[in-house]
Parts: sequence; C-alpha cells; structure tokens
Amino acid sequence: MSVHATSTNRFLRIFSGPFGALLALLYAIGVTYILTQDPRSLLGRLLLFSALALIYFIPQRPAVKFLLGAVIVLTVVPTIGLRNPFLLEIGFQVAVFATLALGLNVVVGFAGLLDLGYIAFFAVGAYLWAFFGSQQIWHINEAPGTFTVYPYFPFPAWWFWLFIPLGILASAGTGILLGFPVLRLRGDYLAIVTLGFGEVIRVLANNLDKPINLTNGPQGITPIQRPPLPAFLTTPELLATLSQWAGRPINANDIYGFFFYFFGLLILGVTIVIARRLDRSKLGRSWTAIREDDVAAVAMGVPLRRTKLTAFAIGAAFSGAMGVLYAANRTFVSPETFSLTASISILVMVILGGLGSIPGVVMGAAVVTLLNIDILQSLSLQLSSLRQGPDSIPLLGIPWRELPTQLDPARYQRFFFGLLLILMMIFRPEGMVPAERARLELHEGDAEPIPDAELEGDITPDEKLAD
Amino acid sequence: MHLRRVNPFKEILRPLGQLLIFIVGSAAVISAITLLIALLLRSTRTDIDILQVTLVLLPQVLIDGITLGFMYAIIAMGYTMVYGVLEFINFAHGEFVMFGAFAGVELLIWLNAQGVLKTADLWLALIWIILAVLVGMTISGTLAVTTERLAYRPLRGSPRLVPLIAAIGVSFLLQDTMRFLQSAINGDFYRTFPEFGPFAQRLTLFTIDMNGRPINIAIQYKAIMLIAFGVVMLVALNYLVNATRLGKAIRSVAQDQKTAALMGIDVNRIIALTFLIGGALGGAAGVLWAFRFTRVDPYMGFIPGLKAFTAAVLGGIGSIVGAMLGGMVLGLLESFSAAYFSIFSRGAFGAEYKDIFAFGILILVLIFRPQGLLGGKTTQKA
Repeated sequence: MSVHATSTNRFLRIFSGPFGALLALLYAIGVTYILTQDPRSLLGRLLLFSALALIYFIPQRPAVKFLLGAVIVLTVVPTIGLRNPFLLEIGFQVAVFATLALGLNVVVGFAGLLDLGYIAFFAVGAYLWAFFGSQQIWHINEAPGTFTVYPYFPFPAWWFWLFIPLGILASAGTGILLGFPVLRLRGDYLAIVTLGFGEVIRVLANNLDKPINLTNGPQGITPIQRPPLPAFLTTPELLATLSQWAGRPINANDIYGFFFYFFGLLILGVTIVIARRLDRSKLGRSWTAIREDDVAAVAMGVPLRRTKLTAFAIGAAFSGAMGVLYAANRTFVSPETFSLTASISILVMVILGGLGSIPGVVMGAAVVTLLNIDILQSLSLQLSSLRQGPDSIPLLGIPWRELPTQLDPARYQRFFFGLLLILMMIFRPEGMVPAERARLELHEGDAEPIPDAELEGDITPDEKLAD
Repeated sequence: MHLRRVNPFKEILRPLGQLLIFIVGSAAVISAITLLIALLLRSTRTDIDILQVTLVLLPQVLIDGITLGFMYAIIAMGYTMVYGVLEFINFAHGEFVMFGAFAGVELLIWLNAQGVLKTADLWLALIWIILAVLVGMTISGTLAVTTERLAYRPLRGSPRLVPLIAAIGVSFLLQDTMRFLQSAINGDFYRTFPEFGPFAQRLTLFTIDMNGRPINIAIQYKAIMLIAFGVVMLVALNYLVNATRLGKAIRSVAQDQKTAALMGIDVNRIIALTFLIGGALGGAAGVLWAFRFTRVDPYMGFIPGLKAFTAAVLGGIGSIVGAMLGGMVLGLLESFSAAYFSIFSRGAFGAEYKDIFAFGILILVLIFRPQGLLGGKTTQKA
C-alpha cells in the first residue's frame, strides 16, 4: 500500500524513513518491556494494541510495516502469552471476531445488503462440530440433563480437520438458503428479515432438544473435542523448557492456547487475503455495482441473483470455519452465544472500522473485542474489588458496598454498542479507516479537497479533524 | 388530493366497522383452518378427542388472540406512521413501548405504596389504569420526539442504511439506559405490575353443554378492558389522521415532503408530531402489555416491536387500516399457534415455535406480497 507523503500529518511523519521504523520498533520494545514486567496489566495490553495500530498508520513501506506487525503478533504476543495465557485468549477472540466481521463486511460493506442475523452462520458452523465432535449423537433420544458423559467419543478428534471445510460448506449453504427468499428485498426489509432469520436459528437451537435431541436445548452441548495436537508439541522435554521460561508450569492445555491463537490467526490471514482479492475481482466490482444502484447494474449486465447469492454464500462461509474452531476452543456451545447482541456487535465492528474497508474492519473487530472481553471485564473486576473494600464513592458518599451488583459495567455492552452506532452514524458514518469509495460517497457535498486516490483506505488524523 | 368535507360521525364509524370486519373475518378464517386440521387429525389420536379439546380451548384462544392483536395493532401504528412519513423503519419503537410500560408500572407501584390501590373498586381501578396509560403515553411520546431530534434528524437525507443503523443503536442504548436506571434505583432491573382491582374476575358469557359437562365461556374483565382501550385508541388515531387538519398535514408530508413544505406546512414539526403520536401510542401499548403480562424488563419491547413491525408489513406498511388488520391476524395466529401447535404435534413442538411462525409469515409476505395485504402499489423503495 503506497502512502502519499503530503497527506500524512506531522505526528506520523516522525515515523518515516529508516529512523522512523527504528522508532516504531523501539515503541514496540518499550511496550513489550512493560508487559514483561507486569504481564497482567490492562494498560500494557492496550499499549500493545496501540503499537499495532500505529504500525498500520505510519508512513513506511508495506513490507516494513508487515514485518513489524508480524514481529509483534508472532513473537511478542506468544512470549508474553507464556506468562499470561489471557493475552492469547484475547488474540484468539480478536481473530475469530475479525474473521466474522470480514464475512459480514462482504455482505454489508461490499454488496450493501444489511444482514442483522449474521451470527446464525457462525452458529451453523459451531453446532455442526458441536454435534459431531461431542457425544450428542448418542443422546438424541434422551432429554437434556438426563444422560451420562462417557470418556470416549463417537468420532475421532482428527475429524475436526474434516469439519473445517464442512463447516464452510454448511454455512455457505445456509447463506444461499437465506439468500434465495430474500433476493427481491432491499434495504430495511432485508434487515428485518435477516434479523428474523437469526432469531429463528437461535429459537431452533434453543428448542431442538425435542422431539429428537439435536442441540440439547438451552443447556448447550458439552464436552466437544479439540483437535489432537501433534506429539512433538507435547513432549515432556518441551513442556519442561517452556515452564522454565514462563516461570510457571506449562501443560497441554496451555499448548492448546497457543494452537488456537496461531490457527485463528492463520484463518484470519487467509480470510484477509481472500477478502482483498475478492474486493478487486470482477465479482467485487459487481457487488459494488449492485450496492450503488442495482437497476443500473442489471442494465450493465450484472447478474443480480447470482451476485447477491454469492455475497451471502461467501460472507457466510467465512464464519463457518470460525464456528467449527470456536466450538473446539470452548468445548461448549449454547444458544446464548448466538444472540442478536452478538450479531449487532459484529455489525458494530464493521461500522466502527469502516464499511467495505478491510483494514478498518479488522481494527474495528479488535477494538470492540477488547472493549467487550477486556476493558469492560477489567472495570467490573475493579468495581467488585472496590465493593469488598470499606471505601465510599467520591462525591456521592455512598459506600461502594451498597452499589447494586446489577450496575456491573460488563452487563452494559449494549449501551456502549448503541452509543457507538449512533455517534458513528452522525459524526463519521464512513468509519475509522474508511474505504475510499465510502468516504467519497458520504461526503459528497463537503467542500473538503478529495485526497489522492492512491491512499486506498488510509486515513490520517488530519483528515479526521477535517471531517 | 381534493378537499372534501369530513363527516366526523362517519370517520368514527368507518374504522369501527373495519375493525369489526377484520376481527370477525380473521378469527373465522383461522378458527376454520384450525378446526379442519383437528378434524383431519382426529382419526390418528385414540387417547383424546382432539376436535373436542380444540373446541373447548377455542373461545379463550380467540380472546387472547384478539387482545394480543389489539396490542400489536397499536404498536404497529407507530411503525407505519413513521414509515409513511419518513420511509424509515424506526427500530427503536419497541423501546418506546418499554419506556411507557416502565413509566406506567412505576406510577402504579408508587400509588400502591401509598395504599390507594388496595381499596379501589372496578371504576376507581379503571381510572388508575387510565392515568398510568396517560403517563406512559407522555413519557414515550417525549422520548420519541427527543430521539427524533437528537439521533434521526441529523441523518435525514443520508443513505438509507445510515438512519436504520442509528435506530438499532438507539434501541440498544435505550434498553441499557433503562436497565441502568432501574438497577441504580431499585437494585434490580425488572418490575412487576401491582395486583389490584377486580380485573382477574371473569364475566361468564354463556355456558355450553359438552357431553353432559357444562363449560363456561367466560371473559376476564382485563381482556374486556384491553379490547376497549384498543378500540378507543385505534378509532381516535383514525379520526386524527383522517378528519383533522393535523392529519391532513401528516398525510401530505407522507406523500411529498417538498411539495408539502411549499404549501406552507412545517415539515420538521409534522415529523416531530408523527413521532409524538407514534411514541405515545407505543407507550400506551406498553402499559397495556404490562397490564396483560405483569412483568416488565428493559428488553421486553424488542420482540413485540419486531412482531408489530411484521404486522405492519403484513397489512401493508404505511397504511393505518393495514396495520389494524395485520396486528389482528398476527395476534390471532400467535395465540393459535401457541395453544394448538403442541396439541397437534403431540407435544413434540412447544409453544416456543410461535416466534418462528411470526417470522415465517413475515418472510412469506415479503416474498409473495411485499406491498402487504391491503397495500396498493409496491411500497418498497430503494
């Protein structure tokens, strides 16, 4: 991605040239140092994320940026992760949700079809492996909660690898299934129908414990098998060496943490490449055409049905593989995971980052996931520790102890998502890292000079202020 | 539109007649289909006489369905009016319903704590309920106007997805705002409608003799009141839209905003008033919903909102008469599927599938008749 020097602001210009690259590296090293001193610090994690974001924005050659990013993601995170596995967990979740957001971005961002039930495709992938990777197949004639858990499974664990492509196929098929009836709908009608579809999938997951027990109802399916680790990763010598490095005992479970982190990143990487290729393909241009004006697109010879269906199928396919992986990671699935809030949170990621912008969507996913599982949770922990102490709330004079537990910040995800959606729509509908076309379209009437088209989605704080 | 002299009497009678036709018509059709299925299934069951079970349940199911239908119809008015004027689905309408419900319930809980409610007889209790409904209407109407001013007006003229996404945001924000308020004040986030008055009593309409067993066909006072509220509100709204100056202004803005503005209509004011009316109706429906189902929580508005939207689409979005019909059909269908689905499938599928029914209908209508049952030309615009 080439960067135009004039459009870069003064602050980021410090990071240009070999000196700048060194500076960015120093920043990353500084953050790493903070994290090695205190692997559990929230500030350290946020700074690490800011280092990644900074590397994306600085005016360096793509190869340099890629190298710097890879150093952080592939060496710093796992090293710190040895001492604080939570970091790996966050990394995995970011990878999962970034992939989902990229899938939704194909449907909403590229093709302009607002899908409010996107999590349903994720659910299809997750429940597919949950059913075949657990003992559920033996219990289909028993009511939930009445059966015993055996120490062995009907199918070998390596079938997981078969189910990754199967999950993709199943989700893509579900996408087409949803796509067919809604082909004729546009805009807001489509949004409502997809929302209904998402609810239908959730209601089915909740209630298909009878007449035959396919989903085990609200209790969810557990245990689900994880894929077998290659033997060389779990040798006692390796574990002993790692334990020595980490300063704490490392067992096979921790190795699974690494496995899921790297495998999640791999799928995310593949997804990013596919999404980029799609965006620039003939199909991608067809999506843009039907998004902008479907009547004109049809007049120009774009096959409307096929183009829309492929958008649904490809968008859904992205989440299918992640569904299988997620089920294996959690070893548990239940309908709760696939609520409307989850669908909307993925939409928030796409919109926050920028509709149609691949780097934006990944960044949006990272921000929302961090907010969701790290920042809000940390606030909740802080609050509950305050609640156990004798202090009072400043200014109000009420003891923390008497604060209702219902005021736990982790319970107010919807509040933050809602606020983010409204503010983004009013002040910055094109997102943090807008796609070039979206920015041009949403600021048609503005007097602002249009930045060089070479930018391809790069945005700098200068332009942020101008907006 | 040419000027015509409005006969106020006719403007009240016409919607009454329409309502009656819709209720009787849809009730008859759905009952007939259900009885037909029962008749067909009769030979497969030996343990119980399925036709008899169906018949015994029928009156109660009908009453439930009609009260539910009125609530859906009232909520659907909010969607359909806003859609008619702005061509925008106000996703947060369900949350206006929720706020109204909380306002009404909080008032009644407060009154209950003062000890006024315990001694109330039927008429006094009725006055308290009306007061709660009015408070709910005020709160929801104010909330709707504020939301329009702060979140929707800045987005007018943006691409279509932009206000829709903002509306989803408003919906989420309002849910958790109420949750926060309730948690901070009461320590918990749900409330219960206080029990008072003789509303649970039943009025026996008639008794039928079923194989020597007398079966009372009775209707709760509650249901009578819900239906009466529904009729009054729907008729009043019809009158407002069809027979007053304001209604004419609303209709003209719905037809063409620019031309309406040229004719001297303050478009912004009319849009705000539309939100006020829609929101107030939603608030009233919320109090009635709380009255019917007792429990209120911050997320209660969402599913009814979605169903009411389905009702509005079913009847033809933008059409007020259509919303009445759609609400009635949907309420009856839901009540019937909740009651009979489990019986007909021998308990294999429970009442939970009623939501799937509602959404299935929405999808079918949108595919085969996107203009709705009563919509004239297609209302779906790009």
